[in-house]
Amino acid sequence: MTTLQAPPGRPGPNVKEEQPYVDTAPNRHTALWLAVTVAVWVVGWLIFRGQDTRTLSFQDLNGFHRWLNDLRDSIQLASSRGNWFFHGVIGNISAFFNWLVGQLQELVSTPAFPRPVPQIGWLGVLALLAWVAYAVAGVRSAALVLLSVLGFGFLGYWGDSIDTLIITVLAVLICCLIGLPLGIAMARRKAVSVAVTPVLDLMQTMPAFAYLAPLALIFGIGASSAVVCTLIYALPPLVRITEHGIRSVPETTLEAAGSLGVTKQQMLRRVQLPMARRTIVVGINQCTMAALSMATIAAFVNSPGLGKPVIAALQSLDVGGAAVSGFCIVIAAIMLDRTTTAASERAEKLNRGALASVSRPGVMLMTVVLEKLPRWATEEQRGRRPLPSPLFRRAVLALTFIPVLVAILLSRQYLSLATFSSSANVGPRIATAVSDLTDTVVNSVDTFTNAFKNVISYGLLNPLQSLLGEAPWWLMAAVLISVAFFLGGWRPAAVTVVCEAVILGTGLWHDAMVTLTMTLVATVMVMVLAMLLGVWMGRSRPADTVVRPVLDTFQTIPPFVYLVPALALFSSSRFTAIVAAMAYAVPIATKLVADGIRGVSPSTVEAARSAGITSRQMIMKVQLPMAREALVLATNQGLLYVLSMVVIGGMVGGGSLGYLVVSGFSQAQLFGKGIAAGIAITALGVMLDRITRYAAARHGRI
Amino acid sequence: MTQTQAKEHSGATTGEGDVALSVKDLWKIFGDKADKVIGTPDAELSRQELQAKTGCVAAVKDVSFEVAPGEVFVVMGLSGSGKSTLVRLLTRLIEPTQGSIRMAGEDITSASDQQLRDLRRKHVAMVFQHFGLLPHRKVVDNIAFGLEVRGVSRTERRNRAQEMVDLVGLSGYENSYPDQLSGGMQQRVGLARALAADPQLLMFDEPFSALDPLIRRDMQNEVIRLHEEVGKTMVFITHDLAEALKLGDRILIMRDGEIIQIGRPDEVVGAPADDYVKDFVSEVPKSHVLTLRWVMRPARPGEADNGPTLQADRVVRDAAREVLAADGPCRVFAGEEFIGMVDDEDILRVVVAEEG
Repeated sequence: MTTLQAPPGRPGPNVKEEQPYVDTAPNRHTALWLAVTVAVWVVGWLIFRGQDTRTLSFQDLNGFHRWLNDLRDSIQLASSRGNWFFHGVIGNISAFFNWLVGQLQELVSTPAFPRPVPQIGWLGVLALLAWVAYAVAGVRSAALVLLSVLGFGFLGYWGDSIDTLIITVLAVLICCLIGLPLGIAMARRKAVSVAVTPVLDLMQTMPAFAYLAPLALIFGIGASSAVVCTLIYALPPLVRITEHGIRSVPETTLEAAGSLGVTKQQMLRRVQLPMARRTIVVGINQCTMAALSMATIAAFVNSPGLGKPVIAALQSLDVGGAAVSGFCIVIAAIMLDRTTTAASERAEKLNRGALASVSRPGVMLMTVVLEKLPRWATEEQRGRRPLPSPLFRRAVLALTFIPVLVAILLSRQYLSLATFSSSANVGPRIATAVSDLTDTVVNSVDTFTNAFKNVISYGLLNPLQSLLGEAPWWLMAAVLISVAFFLGGWRPAAVTVVCEAVILGTGLWHDAMVTLTMTLVATVMVMVLAMLLGVWMGRSRPADTVVRPVLDTFQTIPPFVYLVPALALFSSSRFTAIVAAMAYAVPIATKLVADGIRGVSPSTVEAARSAGITSRQMIMKVQLPMAREALVLATNQGLLYVLSMVVIGGMVGGGSLGYLVVSGFSQAQLFGKGIAAGIAITALGVMLDRITRYAAARHGRI
Repeated sequence: MTQTQAKEHSGATTGEGDVALSVKDLWKIFGDKADKVIGTPDAELSRQELQAKTGCVAAVKDVSFEVAPGEVFVVMGLSGSGKSTLVRLLTRLIEPTQGSIRMAGEDITSASDQQLRDLRRKHVAMVFQHFGLLPHRKVVDNIAFGLEVRGVSRTERRNRAQEMVDLVGLSGYENSYPDQLSGGMQQRVGLARALAADPQLLMFDEPFSALDPLIRRDMQNEVIRLHEEVGKTMVFITHDLAEALKLGDRILIMRDGEIIQIGRPDEVVGAPADDYVKDFVSEVPKSHVLTLRWVMRPARPGEADNGPTLQADRVVRDAAREVLAADGPCRVFAGEEFIGMVDDEDILRVVVAEEG
């Protein structure tokens, strides 16, 4: 009816749409250049093999490592002598956190002198936690919390579990205090966003393992550095998701509100925050999960909590013991995840704020952050029940608090209600059972596992390690720079140069190359698995429905725990770390691939189908090429996840950089080398991240 | 087609002093060097040339017009013509690059943030293509939102919102949430929200483009009814010519940020300013829009003395029966003044041309 189009047969001279002004993409011959690079590399390797590899044996130190050792000594000296900064500022912060954690521990988990038991015994803690869960998330969460916390007791890790919760919750609270205002400020002021985003990028690229040692040096080992490193690790997702939530309030809504003359304050309080509320609670969920996983790793800096028994068991290769304490971590993870999830659903009901649209966020990392979320978070909530009035709710909460008070009082009165009875402790029995079971299972499958291990080790790992590790450093450096340049242009090449210089400076070039080898091998395997699973999930709804919840659950488990089954199956070797890394990285990579495949426009798929192509052609010629951005992104995330896990795997035979970091914690003379290894890991991470990210930006567009 | 020529066509230009909205030499250029384009030869370039040369996009180029109180003024153009930018410039939701905007005698371009907020709260209200409703508020609270932000008491704004609910025909839905309503009903909420503040000027940014055709027709009739009931001045943006002709007292046709023509519907159809407009209006049933003024011919000697009389502003379709029923040609009068003749031939030329 409108005259938008000229009638057929008659040219509409002036009504034609304008052609937009676009740059044409240059033809770069990326594959050819990469092939040339590899050819030069192999030839160079054949000629110069074994020269200039910059190998440093385990106990050897270089000047940088000794300088770091001296630096540690002088910092320790400075703080003991009352240096204003280390003693005055840092010392006080550290003392404050230690005091706070100590107080909380005495309140609920460790004996509060002069009492032989904590202020509140297990019954009181149980009731209190269940009540809190009820208040923020509802009855079902309260039941889950009740069962989980009882589980901690029955498995014999009551105190450690509660300590982990203390560290986690404390870190999350501080994260909220810092992260929410920061996220809001970033969403509202471009300058803040521009200034803070690179810092968040760095915080997220740096493997958590790398900053444990420096923090331990500054804050001293113990609870305070545990809180600080947990804080650092858990803050970025909260800030990013908060920013995203506020940003994602639709432009039309802002414009409509603006046209009604709202002030900036009114816009924030009445439009942006209510509409972003659910997204922000999702951010708190992510923050909590990150905090939990870091709170366990923080055991390396002597943090109280569940990490300690896991590490002890892993180091003595006690699979049963590691399994039981690891299981407590899994329980804690599921409990926290479900409770915060339920809390966010409640926020949705209370406020009806739709989750900000996440269909195609512009910033790549945002996709990643959101990809870590389970499905429910990115889909809109349907079907709503009316909620009881606030007054009624308050009354119910007040009434239900009475039994909680009674439980607390009882737990102060009776010893049996204060400490969890050791006769109820079934942990050791489970540990023995798991050990036995593992032995049986491993014995029966070990032909298979060994074959698998050998194929990967001899077929992929050893040749690659020889290629990377035995090539002269200058050849390797040049190869990496060329790869970065051909994949992403001069920017990542420049970053690569800087990162290589840093790695050389740490004196750990050879170890870095070994770690890089393991990372690459694991990433290749991750991507193979992720593509298979992801394509399957992307093309089949039922497959997605079945597999996705499994992946979601895998993602809530802190990385540490993956080492336990890997250790059980492959004992202590390089390969153990690789397997754990795969288990850790496959879920995120698979979800990214699946969403990429699903994101291919249905009309394109339909058009291709109407042209009569086969399923195989559909995957190879339409879906995979169009999901290229998602594939590169999955590789990016796969690399970073794998790297962080390969490093942690250092303690179960992974060797190289990760092992150096772990040794740095335990052996005083290796402290400097451990820090240097942390720096090298960070450089490696930044390098891999930038190369893949720029490659994604260049090749992702279709 | 230049500006001045366009004005000549728009017979109904209003006199100074009696103006609801007046826009003079308004420019909006997006880009880093936006302020360095106006006044240079670059300003004369076409949009593509300018973008290729400077990277700037001229969304609105040197636009001037006036809107009389109570008038429905339609801005029409294809997507990318700058019409949506233009309407946002009027309340400075987008900052103009240059030019002046006066509303009810007040200079908008130099207004402070506070004045601007006040203006948006009380004098101008806007209806958006995608509604822009707040999903976490009930219908009635959405409608009252504007009153709420300017500090009207709860009972008062509730009452006012309820009046608006009734006015736009949403009675019974006041406690629903926006996502429980159909698109058309959501836009009624948008309309009610705009009317709640009792503004002097209503702006519509393609309000019905997202609705399906039948609902769209209902909503257009709703706007006509509301205009008759409340008599507000309206600025209406659309890409739909039929909608423009149906609603507009006057129509401004835009292309690439420039005005191509301003005129009453019959002027746009009867005397398109250039091929672009001609092409646009070629599909319009002319007899529905054109008045007798556009089809009459000069009187032959002796004709002016007798025959039935008709007023020049009668639409051809309405007058056709009378002319065809008359024995001879009819005389056309503009008020008391005799201006020409119209006979069967003139009528059939318009009506039959459409059939073919």
